[in-house]
Amino acid sequence: MLVQHVFIINRAGSLIYDWDGKSDCTGIEKTFSYPLDIVLDIVDQKVTVVFGERDGIGLRYTVSAINGIPVQACKIIFGGVEKMVLDVIQDEANYPLSIRFQPPTITTNEKIILSSTFHSLYTIAAQLSPVMKSSGIEVLYTNHFKLYCYQSTTGVKFVVVGSLSLNSGVDGLLRRIYELYADFALKNPFYSIDMPIRCQRFDDAIRNLIERQDKFSMLTI
Amino acid sequence: MGIDSKKISGELFTLTYGALVAELLRDLESPLAVNRQLDKMGYNIGLRLADDLLAKNSQIQRCTDMHQVADVLAKVALRSYLGITAQVSNWSARNDEFSLVLESNPLAEFVEVPPELAQDLRYSQILCGAIRGALEMMHMEVQTFIVQEQSQSVEIRVKFIRILQESVPPGDD
Repeated sequence: MLVQHVFIINRAGSLIYDWDGKSDCTGIEKTFSYPLDIVLDIVDQKVTVVFGERDGIGLRYTVSAINGIPVQACKIIFGGVEKMVLDVIQDEANYPLSIRFQPPTITTNEKIILSSTFHSLYTIAAQLSPVMKSSGIEVLYTNHFKLYCYQSTTGVKFVVVGSLSLNSGVDGLLRRIYELYADFALKNPFYSIDMPIRCQRFDDAIRNLIERQDKFSMLTI
Repeated sequence: MGIDSKKISGELFTLTYGALVAELLRDLESPLAVNRQLDKMGYNIGLRLADDLLAKNSQIQRCTDMHQVADVLAKVALRSYLGITAQVSNWSARNDEFSLVLESNPLAEFVEVPPELAQDLRYSQILCGAIRGALEMMHMEVQTFIVQEQSQSVEIRVKFIRILQESVPPGDD
């Protein structure tokens, strides 16, 4: 999909909605012999690749299973005993080992933190402007994705994160998301303004909108 | 779905509002209490309606003076939601106060207020609340009240109080 994430950030900078277009990203499983040449360390309570990328296993990938046994944070039930994953991997007697690596994902808490951070960066961008009356961040480019942001006059931010191929019609897309917000959130009498949006009809409408956007973009290539 | 603008029978809306007012008169102790409740309901409606208006009318930017506010209210907002336009008149010397005159008030199309209520009841008070709520979402505090309400027309006074500086989003101040 061209659109990978949609975020709605309320006037105070809190995340009130996120939509994730990521389809199930399968991990990578390989059988390794001793010694393991991928350098692992514990980062945020997960056994994470910090060096030694190979065979599609990249930095920040995390160990999700060993010999088919799922890993819980940085521990595993191995040989009937709960052990630290790093201890299992360092013990030559356990080899060969079949290890599954999972690509990094963003947790809900991380999305909340990142949304608040973006809210602050938006304000800083407006304040740093060398001329008067500048807006905050409207487009952000990196080597792997683009981020588009529309801030309504009322102060709500609508953020779309898409692939580099996402080019045409983003302004219209953001506007339509704003209209859906007005229709399915604000007109829902049981929705409290500035609170997280939990509404199936809104989810459905967003998904339909993005699917139509993808089809439209295909036609214009 | 929700995106298409749906048209509603004006009469159904008028009658629904009439039923609401009649119910409030039965529930509450005085016409003054009804006025306060209608204003509060209108305020809550206005808070949500502002984003709907802005989402569908990208030409509306942040208003920087009351003449722009008056234009948006009279020519865009009232047309969008009530199907009418209003006259803007009676500007104050400081240009911070004006009247919206609705010559044909759709809320009151079939309404005749009984004489014993006419002195105190502001039948269309919900419009005042809606305007106040919507402008608050646009970061303006205003005072709104009905100056005059005849059988088919109503004059609503809008007075600017202050900009709500604390809620103006970055890049718009």
